[in-house]
Amino acid sequence: MIDRPQIDWFALAPVNALLLAAALALLCAVLVPRQWRKPVAGVLCALGYAAAFGLAIALYVRSAQAQGVVVDALRRDRLAELATIIVAASGLLATAISYKERWREHHAGEYYALLAAAGGGMVFFVGANNLLTLFLGLEWFSISLYILCAIERDRLGGLEAALKYLVIGGFGSAVLLFGMALVYGATGELELSAIAAAGRESDSLLLLGLAMIVAGLAFKASAAPFHMWTPDVYEGAPTPVTAFMSAATKTAALVATLRILVTAFPENAHVWTVALAVIAVCSLVVGNLAALVQKSVKRILAYSSISHAGFMLIPIAANSALGGRALLYYLVPYAAMSLGAFAVVAARERELGVPVTLENLAGYGWERPLLGISMWAFMLGFAGFPLTGGFVGKFYAFAAAYRHGWTWLVIVGVIATLVSLYYYLGVVRAMFMRRTEDLQLAPIGGSPPREALLQTAVFACLVVTVGSFFAVQPLIDLAKNAAESLAF
Amino acid sequence: MTTVLILLPIAAGLLIWLLPLNRVSAGSLALLAALAEVGIWIQLVARYDFERGGLQFDQQRNWFGDLNVSYHVGVYGFSVWLIGLTVVAMAAAIAYAFWAGRDRTRAYMGLMLFLTGAIVGVFTAQDLLLFYAAFEAMMIPLYVLVGVWGGPGRMAATLKFVIYTMAGSLLMLAAIVVYGLSQNTFDLVDIGPSSSNWVFLGFIAAFAIKAPLFPLHGWLPDAYRESSPEVAAILSGVVSKAAAYGFLRIAVAKFPEPVQDFRAPILALAAVGLVYGSLLAFRAPDVRGVIAYSSLAQMSLITMGVFAVNDLGLDGSVLQMVNHGLVSTALFLLAGMVERRTLTGELGRLGGMARGRPALATLLMTTGVIALAVPLSSAFAGEFLILAGVLRHGWGWAVVGAVAIVLAAMYMLRLISAVLHREVGPAVSDAALDLRPAELGVVVPLVACLIALSAWPAAISQHSFRGDRPQADVEAQFR
Repeated sequence: MIDRPQIDWFALAPVNALLLAAALALLCAVLVPRQWRKPVAGVLCALGYAAAFGLAIALYVRSAQAQGVVVDALRRDRLAELATIIVAASGLLATAISYKERWREHHAGEYYALLAAAGGGMVFFVGANNLLTLFLGLEWFSISLYILCAIERDRLGGLEAALKYLVIGGFGSAVLLFGMALVYGATGELELSAIAAAGRESDSLLLLGLAMIVAGLAFKASAAPFHMWTPDVYEGAPTPVTAFMSAATKTAALVATLRILVTAFPENAHVWTVALAVIAVCSLVVGNLAALVQKSVKRILAYSSISHAGFMLIPIAANSALGGRALLYYLVPYAAMSLGAFAVVAARERELGVPVTLENLAGYGWERPLLGISMWAFMLGFAGFPLTGGFVGKFYAFAAAYRHGWTWLVIVGVIATLVSLYYYLGVVRAMFMRRTEDLQLAPIGGSPPREALLQTAVFACLVVTVGSFFAVQPLIDLAKNAAESLAF
Repeated sequence: MTTVLILLPIAAGLLIWLLPLNRVSAGSLALLAALAEVGIWIQLVARYDFERGGLQFDQQRNWFGDLNVSYHVGVYGFSVWLIGLTVVAMAAAIAYAFWAGRDRTRAYMGLMLFLTGAIVGVFTAQDLLLFYAAFEAMMIPLYVLVGVWGGPGRMAATLKFVIYTMAGSLLMLAAIVVYGLSQNTFDLVDIGPSSSNWVFLGFIAAFAIKAPLFPLHGWLPDAYRESSPEVAAILSGVVSKAAAYGFLRIAVAKFPEPVQDFRAPILALAAVGLVYGSLLAFRAPDVRGVIAYSSLAQMSLITMGVFAVNDLGLDGSVLQMVNHGLVSTALFLLAGMVERRTLTGELGRLGGMARGRPALATLLMTTGVIALAVPLSSAFAGEFLILAGVLRHGWGWAVVGAVAIVLAAMYMLRLISAVLHREVGPAVSDAALDLRPAELGVVVPLVACLIALSAWPAAISQHSFRGDRPQADVEAQFR
């Protein structure tokens, strides 16, 4: 009989809180009367994320020493907990943004259950310390997201997005899995640090596996040239789901990339640092150039998300403690900015009932000052202007690249930022510098009531975006402690 | 005290933006804040020890320690005068905007006050990253001020303006990353000199675009024509000085060797810009065009003075920064007043406005005469010092400068005669009144400052550097 391993239930508590919330929300779909379904399921999902957030903070405080959980299948360390904090906060805000979305009410239970389950999968994924648990976490949150994209069955765009995501995402997972199999074949190990110990530098099987793992993770992080699904999926999915994907999925994928590459492949660092730098440059070029010609705001934000995958791969490619800090710092304002930006798009979409383009965003900044100012701040943050955390994040990323000796990468990043200004400021231009009257646009049936929940979420994102510029030191301390869980 | 100077306008701006005030109370509150800022600056001048010189009223707090970046602000002798220029010009601009009445007053006034704080931040920042943050923070309100409240071609003008200036700024960011990390500190006082040409050029790119310097002035005519008069006044009067300040505080002080290597090309570009700007100003078809291109010429002259890096050139360029700031602000505001009355700035449709409008005529004439550097004016003192400074590097530079002063007389006199004299233009009706008391209240203080400076230019030129030895101060990197 196999001995039951020692299980650290506290370390698993955030995942379990989200799973519990998912299960209860799913039960709602059956047990709760129809008119109560949405509020109850929504509150359960929010409570699950709030609990995960609180537990992750507690775990962060008490995990100064990294340790394995369930025979080292997962790690309990500050890297995982900081990523959990970001994912849980994103999930909480996404729940608030979702609440007033106009889909058919009887899907509410399933929607919130899947939202909580996706978050649980990401939390599991960022803690994974073993190729199997890693893949399990990846599929867990991916499958939840596939269904979330298609939750509005009546909308063709949503179905198309979900199908595309399913096929391409499935392909990405397959590549990742094949890579894992090759690595297992080369080393005979599944656990990350054991792979590092068993791996040899010039093993072609291991290198091929590494390449496929990098490609598979780049699919999830939507980095070019593995980004093809991103614009269509971001555009077609319900906007709150897009908001959640752009913030949380990216966080999870990038943190996992950092952990796997640094822990399992330190011997091959000279290979993967260059590979990541190339992927980063591709993402910067593709994302920024393609965004220039977009009309739909969701597509602009999708390409912006690709280019930010590039920006955030730069510090990972630097392979240093400074790089780790830079990535973990950057994720905080980035998650806030993308959630907030998609939330503003969602608000406009609900008012108009049609997809939001630059044209029909005209004058919105003056109509809704809070949302307008927030969107302004998010765009400036994406473009790396001071007074937002996006500036400090870019600065740290460039600093990491320079310390690694890659001044050329700094130059590429700077040029990419310059190009990106055109479309980020284009959004601001559309919102503030044209008048609604000029374009003869009016919301269908007058202005809908203001949504307190969505506005609160946007305001929270604004506070994080601007606050992270001023409170750099505390955030960097958090990121520094988290990056110390890895052996740079 | 320095922090108060930065934060007071920003806090007042936020307050005005958030409180549900009506047009009059928002405007008066903004004006009050701007005047309070002037009051604090007067305190600063009174308490700054010019005998001792160097960095005073400095405050330092940790921002992020692992890369040695801090919130470090302080004031040098020359920055005292540039801050003074900022607060006086901003107060005049805000007063004019209040009087002229802008749509969405709260947002407008809030942005103007935010801009004040950002510019003061540029002149006081003693940390490279903080300097960059303030330098960029200027762009945020300017982008909206030009883009929302500007003229019909404002969209294209703002886009050009932002892309140009951000291209320079981002090169500067790359230079800052390289410079700061290689020296392991971002503190402007502690950081040692660098001999890297690339880093130097990164900084120069940003400042040369912002100033602007030939051939990087493509954004200038559109931005100055399309923005409202008070914003154009601030752009040419104050924001351009941030670039000249950057030349002085960072480029010249921290890069002694690259300055030697690149002096000839930079002086040559400045000389070309000086002559070219003057000629364009002479050919410009409208009032704002004349002032805009004269600004290009004057900034080139100031740049020549800075890159002379000797006692006379540096003294002259600081004096001329303040002179040109005041002149340009006053001229743009006067241009706005003329445009309000005639609905056009085209010189061909103006004329004869002196008749029956003595106040306008007197003020435009006085400002114009000071701008063309007539002897005994403060601009004459400034330009003379700059020319004497560049003479040390070759008589050719001084000749070009002297020619440009003649050209300045040509374009200024053309402007004055086209607006004030000749026969009455088609756009000028008898109903167009003389300046109102409120308008006088805006422009007269600026002109009074200019006259005071003409009487005593040494107030600035002898109170800008430690021990009145500019070259030694620069060579010691203002430490």
